[in-house]
Amino acid sequence: MAETVDLSSFVEHKGPGLAHMTLAVDGVGCAGCIRKIESGLTKLPGIVDARLNFTQRRLVVDWRDGEIDAVRIVKTLAEIGYPAHPFAPARVEADESRQARLLLRCLGVAGFAAMNVMLLSVSIWAGNASDMTQVTRDLFHWLSALIALPAAAYAGQPFFQSAFRALRARELNMDVPITVGVTLALTLSLYETATHAVHAYFDSALMLLFFLLCGRYLDLAMRRKTRLFAGNLASLKAEFAHRLGTNGVTQVPTSALQPGDRVLVRPGERIPADGCIIEGTSEADESLVTGETVPRAVESGAMIYAGSVNCSGALTMRVAAAGAGTLVDEVERLLQKATAGKSKTVRLADRAARLYATVVHATAALTAMGWLMAGASLHDAIVIAIAVLIVTCPCAIALAIPAVQVVAAGQLFRSGVILNSGDAIERLAEVDTVVFDKTGTLTLPDPEADVSGIDPDILQRAARLALSSRHPLAVALAGAAHEAAPYPGTVEEPGCGVRAVVDGREAYLGSRSFCGLGGDVTAAARDPDASLIFFSHAGRTAAIPIRQTLRPDAKTVIAQIRARGLDVLILSGDRPEAVEPIARRLDVSRWMAGLMPAEKIGVIEQLKAQGRRVLMVGDGLNDAPALAAAHASLSPITASHLTQAQADALFLGDRLMPVLNAVAIARQGRALMRQNLMLAVIYNAVAVPIAMFGFVTPLIAALAMSGSSILVTLNALRARFAWHASSKAAALEPTKRVGSALLSRGDVKVDLKADREGNMKSGWELAR
Amino acid sequence: MNVLVYLVPAALLLGLTGLIAFMWTLKSGQYDDLDGAAVRILPDDDIEK
Repeated sequence: MAETVDLSSFVEHKGPGLAHMTLAVDGVGCAGCIRKIESGLTKLPGIVDARLNFTQRRLVVDWRDGEIDAVRIVKTLAEIGYPAHPFAPARVEADESRQARLLLRCLGVAGFAAMNVMLLSVSIWAGNASDMTQVTRDLFHWLSALIALPAAAYAGQPFFQSAFRALRARELNMDVPITVGVTLALTLSLYETATHAVHAYFDSALMLLFFLLCGRYLDLAMRRKTRLFAGNLASLKAEFAHRLGTNGVTQVPTSALQPGDRVLVRPGERIPADGCIIEGTSEADESLVTGETVPRAVESGAMIYAGSVNCSGALTMRVAAAGAGTLVDEVERLLQKATAGKSKTVRLADRAARLYATVVHATAALTAMGWLMAGASLHDAIVIAIAVLIVTCPCAIALAIPAVQVVAAGQLFRSGVILNSGDAIERLAEVDTVVFDKTGTLTLPDPEADVSGIDPDILQRAARLALSSRHPLAVALAGAAHEAAPYPGTVEEPGCGVRAVVDGREAYLGSRSFCGLGGDVTAAARDPDASLIFFSHAGRTAAIPIRQTLRPDAKTVIAQIRARGLDVLILSGDRPEAVEPIARRLDVSRWMAGLMPAEKIGVIEQLKAQGRRVLMVGDGLNDAPALAAAHASLSPITASHLTQAQADALFLGDRLMPVLNAVAIARQGRALMRQNLMLAVIYNAVAVPIAMFGFVTPLIAALAMSGSSILVTLNALRARFAWHASSKAAALEPTKRVGSALLSRGDVKVDLKADREGNMKSGWELAR
Repeated sequence: MNVLVYLVPAALLLGLTGLIAFMWTLKSGQYDDLDGAAVRILPDDDIEK
């Protein structure tokens, strides 16, 4: 059946007749790739511009409408050898790149101004020690003011805005003392300049802004990098649906489906949206939705949920509008409750800021009063009080935590964990109980064939037959075919199996009755947690069990998590018979099976009531509310969309190690944050008394400020080297060096595998 | 001290030129693809044979 592909939801129109599209491109690794892609596209008629961003692995194409279309472009790229995936940039990404540009501009202005004012300040300090006249000093002070005031007004924007927002919400954050400090330093300096005084603090105010902007920018850059990577992965996984229209079948991205659309789902494909079956019967594998591993029989009139896999027969379904009664609505309702009930944890930085702001402002006020009582003039008392504010500059404290966050997020990224939320590191560090979901979390997302005890010759034939089917069991068996080709002339009988003529005799692979087998049940067939696929050829038969396999390192990781003093629980939506053997193999004594989403939340609430901080690791739609209710949460990258959105972090690959790494890195990060805060406190304990007794000159303020900032930053970087050393020693095993290449080959392989298994079929593959 | 009359403006002007140049590089998107710039220099198909 010829199908048309509709990519119009990815195409933007930039003016009359001009179209624009962004694509995530696979397999770009060198300069030659850039040239091949760009020249290959620009050769086509109608292409205005094609530019590949090598850092982001994304291609931006502009073309004239009507002369060429999006599908032709994607096909051309595939022909050149680079599978490309149209991409709808998330709004967050656009916001963040705007913010990054603003921060860079502010950083440029602050850097320029700080350097020039420092030039003038050094002259003044040198002049004060020798023979500078008052007129020259005033000139230099006025020049400094001329540079500093507009520069601070511009470069301070991010802080002023955030402080204003916090104050309006009657809260205190770190930006409030920063704003107060900068404003007071500038006002005082201006007053001192006007009254021909010796000291002015223009350089301190600008340096403060410059250092803080560096910290902010690095923090944002790290977050953008992880988000770009996650965005590319999401587009590689983008799913397509076959929409039935009046003029045949059209492939559309699932995001473009509307309620009421009729959709065709072939065997082996994922259900693209929630809906109701209007034609056909089949079995649905709902392991990603409910955690249940045994397929459910569905027929016309049944509800079916996005994310489940259609096992045997072709289905026609109608996309349902979000309405009451569906499982997804139940999950959404629980989600809202869970999020509302979650006490907002106060971030370490904000706690420090609250304490800092009160203590410092009180100290400054006390200093002024003390000097007044000691008989100083009002002017002197205020000048000394402001010097206290400047010298305790929030610099060290404001950098102490972001610096660690940048380093820790980078380390997490390298060990295969992508952070979703900003304060996840602190919360991950606090957990004392880890709750695992079973299906897709402790086990691999795709089942595998258990080939022990099966004649290799039979297995090879069965696997080659399996290559011709998209049924999930056949796909799992096909993995054992070791690059053999499928048999020619294979026929698939929907709902039964596949058959082909091998060595002159008919061979069958599929259900028991299809293979003509009686009731003789082999030992493996009595295994409760396996599904069986049958094979018969020339009188020889086999029943091959297909089962969920544990992630390769699950046992060691669980043991290591325990060794770190964390409790481990398994909460599954699957049957007890399926959960029990896995819990036994992992040596986990506390497990519960057959749980509904609400019951999962119930268990987590119970644990919370006992004072525990729970890390929930899960991938199913049924886990989403539990993820939201838990103190911290992790999801594998194969999780359903709604679940991924709830998780604090996602982990990549087949291994469970990233879970352990995430906790370990977060704990180290938190220890480092505390250490940095201590350093900042010690610095202030030394600097404040000096300031209170009125000994602080602008030179001392400048030295102390940059010294303390550099100290906390170096301390954070120290951890980076320590982590590098320990990951070399395999204490923190990096699953994949994802940091070096935005899309490393390993991750692509995961997706290609998914492709072959039919779970995530890409549109243009079919269109070709 | 008369030297200041032209040295100070000259210093400020130099700094300002640097700032304007930075703003221009930022606006023209030269930081959008840092790794790309490093590899794009390698192919020499722009050299006429």
